[in-house]
Amino acid sequence: MISVKLPTLLRAHVDGRSEVEGEGASLGELLDDLERHFPGLTDGLRDDRGLRRHVNVYVNGEDVRYTGGLDTSLGEGDTVSILPAVAGGSR
Amino acid sequence: MSEARFTEDQVLRYARHIFLPHIGAEGQGRLTEASALVIGAGGLGSPVAMYLAAAGVGRIGLLDFDSVDLTNLQRQLLHDTDDVGRPKVESGRDRLLDLNPTIEVTAHDTSLTSENAFEILEPYDLVVDGTDNFPVRYLVNDATQMLAKPLVYGSIYQFEGQASVFMPGRERPCYRCLFPEPPPPGSVPSCAEAGVLGVLPGIVGSIQATEAIKLITGIGEPLVGRLLLLDALTMEFRTVNLRWDPACPVCGEDPTVTELIDYDAFCGLAPGQPPPEAERAPEVAS
Repeated sequence: MISVKLPTLLRAHVDGRSEVEGEGASLGELLDDLERHFPGLTDGLRDDRGLRRHVNVYVNGEDVRYTGGLDTSLGEGDTVSILPAVAGGSR
Repeated sequence: MSEARFTEDQVLRYARHIFLPHIGAEGQGRLTEASALVIGAGGLGSPVAMYLAAAGVGRIGLLDFDSVDLTNLQRQLLHDTDDVGRPKVESGRDRLLDLNPTIEVTAHDTSLTSENAFEILEPYDLVVDGTDNFPVRYLVNDATQMLAKPLVYGSIYQFEGQASVFMPGRERPCYRCLFPEPPPPGSVPSCAEAGVLGVLPGIVGSIQATEAIKLITGIGEPLVGRLLLLDALTMEFRTVNLRWDPACPVCGEDPTVTELIDYDAFCGLAPGQPPPEAERAPEVAS
């Protein structure tokens, strides 16, 4: 099982949970697995080029943009963090 | 640098810093001589500016174009109920000078644009980003990189916060290395639309103030190359590693952005302006 930490923006798809579990040998497979269980969860994360540029995904704290993107391999016990850009602060 | 540089009142005012081995009279002297620009006199800017003023940062700039609104008071501690309707930078300057009348506070009652950014940022040693929209965040990032000034970043959303420090120069990641592109217009609701826990900017802004003080005094390990993520609901704090992107359009090996740009067109959204309903991406129905 791979632990997936979700930002608030995506929690509406998983009954408000901050963390879910999924399976897959690569990040792409994990996202497919999550999408099967939680339809709509990964809609905004990918496009034809792969991961969208305003979405960052970290595997055990390392940015997947430098480890193979959606092909980044995953193993039992890995922690995946999904992080979209947020801008709030002033108003 | 010796304690003799301080007046008797200053020695008392800053006693807890002067006694602190890491800071001492020398570090306090650096704070007194330092200057910082706080962009946004709101949720994040409030604790940042108040702690920097209390710490004796000698010259503080406050930038905001907005006026105090009743809905601000749940979290923006720079402002009082009596300040509703006043320009935020005036209300904020009063609060800071009440806290510490020995410092200098400059009120910039304006929006930051590609036209005025260099002129406004230039006189400050470091910049703290407490804005609420992507166009200004990209503008502040680009301007601080081009002026070679440290940028203390913070951002909040509902119960979640982010903080980091972006240093100028190669090999050190900037905001664009982290987020090369802003989200599609309207895909991320603002605090005004999505709500925010009132204490959250207090936590994140206090972290930004801590980082600013560390940068000024040269102590500890600032959040350079690291992004702090916090979730007030689970009260989990995590850091992820940031990398310098050699292809970054601003700080990369072959920069393509070499002058300031206003991102309103690029983001399709003016600062603070809610997007038309139809443009909202469906995936963020939070």
